[in-house]
Amino acid sequence: MDARIKIRNTKSILFKSVIVFLAFVITLPLIVVLLYIIKMGVTQVNWTFLTKIPAPVGETGGGISNALLGSLIIVVVASVIAVPIGILAGIYLSENSRTRLAYYSGLCVDILQGVPSIVVGMVIYFWVVKPLGTFSALSGSVALAIMMLPIVIRSTEQTLLLLPDTLKEAALSLGVPYHRVILKVIVPCGFAGILSGIMLSIARIIGETAPLLFTAFGNPYLSTSLTKPMETLPHLIFNYATSPYEDWVNLAWGASFILLMFVLFLNITTKLLTRKWNIQL
Amino acid sequence: MEHTVVSASKFNAWFGDNHAVKDVSIKIEKNLVVAVMGPSGCGKTTFLRCINRMHELIPGTKTQGSLKLYDDDVYTMNPIYVRYKIGMVFQRPNPFPNLSIYDNVVAGYKLNGLKMAKADMDNIVEKSLTSAALWKEVKDSLHKKGTFLSGGQQQRLCIARAIAMEPEVILFDEPTSALDPISTASVEQLFHELKANYTLIIVTHNMQQAARVSDKTAFFYVGELVEFDDTKQMFTAPKDTRTQNYITGRFS
Amino acid sequence: MATMKNKRLDLSYSQMKWETIFKRILIVMSVILLFIVAGILVTLIMKSMPSIKSLGIGFLWSKSWDPVNNLYGAYPFLLGTLLSSFTALIISIPFSYAVAIYLGEYNPKGWLSNLLKNTIDLIAAVPSVIYGFWGLAVLVPIIRTFESKIGVAPYGVGVFVSSLVLAVMIIPYGASLGISLIRMVPSPLKEGAYALGATRFEVIRSVILPYTRSGLFAGILLSLGRALGETMAVAMLIGNTTTIGNTFKEIFFGPGNTMASVIALQFTEADHTVYLSALIELGLVLFFVTVIINLIGKRIISRFTNK
Repeated sequence: MDARIKIRNTKSILFKSVIVFLAFVITLPLIVVLLYIIKMGVTQVNWTFLTKIPAPVGETGGGISNALLGSLIIVVVASVIAVPIGILAGIYLSENSRTRLAYYSGLCVDILQGVPSIVVGMVIYFWVVKPLGTFSALSGSVALAIMMLPIVIRSTEQTLLLLPDTLKEAALSLGVPYHRVILKVIVPCGFAGILSGIMLSIARIIGETAPLLFTAFGNPYLSTSLTKPMETLPHLIFNYATSPYEDWVNLAWGASFILLMFVLFLNITTKLLTRKWNIQL
Repeated sequence: MEHTVVSASKFNAWFGDNHAVKDVSIKIEKNLVVAVMGPSGCGKTTFLRCINRMHELIPGTKTQGSLKLYDDDVYTMNPIYVRYKIGMVFQRPNPFPNLSIYDNVVAGYKLNGLKMAKADMDNIVEKSLTSAALWKEVKDSLHKKGTFLSGGQQQRLCIARAIAMEPEVILFDEPTSALDPISTASVEQLFHELKANYTLIIVTHNMQQAARVSDKTAFFYVGELVEFDDTKQMFTAPKDTRTQNYITGRFS
Repeated sequence: MATMKNKRLDLSYSQMKWETIFKRILIVMSVILLFIVAGILVTLIMKSMPSIKSLGIGFLWSKSWDPVNNLYGAYPFLLGTLLSSFTALIISIPFSYAVAIYLGEYNPKGWLSNLLKNTIDLIAAVPSVIYGFWGLAVLVPIIRTFESKIGVAPYGVGVFVSSLVLAVMIIPYGASLGISLIRMVPSPLKEGAYALGATRFEVIRSVILPYTRSGLFAGILLSLGRALGETMAVAMLIGNTTTIGNTFKEIFFGPGNTMASVIALQFTEADHTVYLSALIELGLVLFFVTVIINLIGKRIISRFTNK
């Protein structure tokens, strides 16, 4: 009897060791990738790198300013499109959870969350690029906005569902009309959750390349026009990393470093903020 | 001269198919404290929420019959205006967590976009908090958020918030059931002081509270208004056997 | 305060108008979602029509992709997609499960647990291009050496290396879901087993895993959905060919393409209608497959959490 128990105990310990090993080993790829990108990229970053556009092949002294500005513009425009629609749709879903419209649009949110980003890019090509006759930053923003929507909607919906009903009741009993109750009481109380949803969606799309391949396309020059092609960080990385020119590959390393640092910064900040604000709420 | 402030005539209310309030007729006079009591599910809270038209905010509800504030039918008036004139205090204190104490008191004005000179607003805040017996305790922390207040203080803040709107009637939905005995006592003390200026209708499942604080008591049972009388009369010599059974604890 | 009273009466009427407007706006925003999804579907179908009409259903198993002669067959890409995704899935499962069991059962709280959970989440946060770039620079040479050692043509790029990177990328999804599911196992169930003298391993094996089985399966589905739609890292690592090798070794270790990667790499080169339309048809297939897998996965999970 004793021997049997010993075997079973050993099995249990063995199992745990395997589990612990596998669980921690999986952090290695992340650490390796992180360190490698930092190593290859940090040396690229200097003032020229940040303020000049890429130099023609063969010349040195180029930078990625067009991609930096481009990413900023496209992400801001995408947010301007997606955030209001996302928050309002999220409000509708949380306030009207039992209607048929809520069921079907909730289903659409789930569908959008699963659509591959390249498919979104293809569709926007036909919706915006073809009619405008050119690749454009605007089309890129629209594609990214569609990808942001599910995240903003779900986080708004879930944040608002967690708020106690008594909050709404108190405001309504004071004669506050419905729209003011939502906009001046409910949404401000759910601000932290909604904001972290927005930050997460931005962190997600800033690294997206596939939807931009045939929408914003790319642009070797600095541009601020929404109706012309625009370069972005991930697109530049994709192009230059696979190119045969060493200068361009180096630019891609630098760009990867900046993109990675920014994405990590956004993610970590969001996590810290949600923890901090949740305690206060 | 008695002036009827709230009156109902053959008033009915439904939750979907559930006929929660049946043919209730009642006349409530000004400046009285009226307790509404009865066992769970008797319709007392539903009836209360019809008075300030909060009941209809739940989907699938229906009402029928007349319910009047003075001479105007509440259901033909603008519901927002109704809620300006008839305030409500809820079971769980619910001050707005993102607003300061000051802003909580005048929330009815600020959230509605009703503009007022700062001096007038300060005036209202002080008057309301004084009427709610909270002024002394919070006058130095008006701009802090109310989360540090005790349960009883938070409930008095909610009362101040309702008073600030200068309503005719204040409805209370089991206002002390979530409070400890000391806080309960402080709130009950308030009822006595408030009736000079307002008419109070208090739903309570606590018979002793009804007996302690009210001038008149209404007894609801399975959706019907069984008896409505002076409190003293109700608790010493009730006219209906159902009331008698409830008071003596045959059911609760 | 008589003026205030009149003001309030007037205000209450204008407020009601705005209430209705606001409620209508909310409805419109939700309807927009319906239109977006419907629009995506309609666009994909309409633009694949030329290809569907001229190539028919044989498109799905036709093996040659020849833009020059206007012959298109999806088979190489279906093969590449399935091979890379399933390989990635198989590689990732032990790791996802390990993380889920460790963080769900062995160590659900505490600083180490939080650190590990956050690290896993960060794996998902790294953009796809960066994994692709790193894979190209670091992993491909290593795999090339490996391939020459085992006697295959040393391309480096190909289905194999893509599967490796894909596996890492999808682990966080399965793991994250698994963690929440395992934490949901009711304590009384586990305590009953412990009280009978079961070891930790036995409780996990005979109580926790069976209880969460459907949910964990849903996690696999969702990870699969992610893998199928993953484009950039695969596009950079898979070698971009349109032919299929002759032996399994050639196919698996050699270059290939997935549906997503071939669209990414060839869309802008598609100069005639049927070419473009064939790529869009691939997108349509991809859309259906990923959406269905995701919806099934989500349905299983919601049924599980409402148990």
